[in-house]
Amino acid sequence: MQLEYFQMIDKIPNVDLEAKTLEANSTVPDESTVFEGHFPGHPLVPGVLMIETMAQASGILIMHTIDFEKIPLLAIVKEAKIRDFVGPGTKLEIKARIEHEGSGYAVTRAEIRSEGKRIANAQLTFTIMPFPAEGLQDTIKRQVAEMRADAV
Amino acid sequence: MSDTFNQVADIIADTSEIPREEITQESHTIDDLGIDSLDFLDIVFAIDKDFGIKIPLETWTQEVNDGKASTEEYFVMKNLCAKIDELVAAKS
Repeated sequence: MQLEYFQMIDKIPNVDLEAKTLEANSTVPDESTVFEGHFPGHPLVPGVLMIETMAQASGILIMHTIDFEKIPLLAIVKEAKIRDFVGPGTKLEIKARIEHEGSGYAVTRAEIRSEGKRIANAQLTFTIMPFPAEGLQDTIKRQVAEMRADAV
Repeated sequence: MSDTFNQVADIIADTSEIPREEITQESHTIDDLGIDSLDFLDIVFAIDKDFGIKIPLETWTQEVNDGKASTEEYFVMKNLCAKIDELVAAKS
């Protein structure tokens, strides 16, 4: 996990296209400039970055189902619950499941656990768009391939 | 009024804070009710779920953008409900 670069996922050990689920892992870094402000002397991963973590897991899952032809962009966050504090060094397990595949959009349920304890969960809606920038598709495909390879 | 209209009007009222009594068969969901694309996404999700269908929103939007259809054809309440009924009938 590199908080400054919004790279929230380290490894993706499992993508099940039949069940439409994804499992990912990430470890919060021991140090980050984010912790200098959030909060001085009491470092915590901001709740919005927990939501971003669930969104990235969900987005990668959605892209698998559409063969990385388009990009899902986070549009709606519902029923988001940040249930516990997450500090430096915490190991996170992230799960995402597609709840509904619509026309041009998808809805997921995602959660984050640490040592089996649920830390956060939300329902997320994504609009699915053509890639807005040249080269972005290849970059994301390469990043995801690395996350999957690292998990082997 | 049809069951479909009542169900869709309830979904819109619940999702977008538009007073239920302001939604009529002739209401244009965008021009009259002022539903934006994000609220419409939420509404379509609720319709998809409740009716067990998949509204072809991408196709409709493309047809409107290409000038092959007017927004009234898909986004006036009575027309939207008729399209939903067609989709429900097609799946059974």
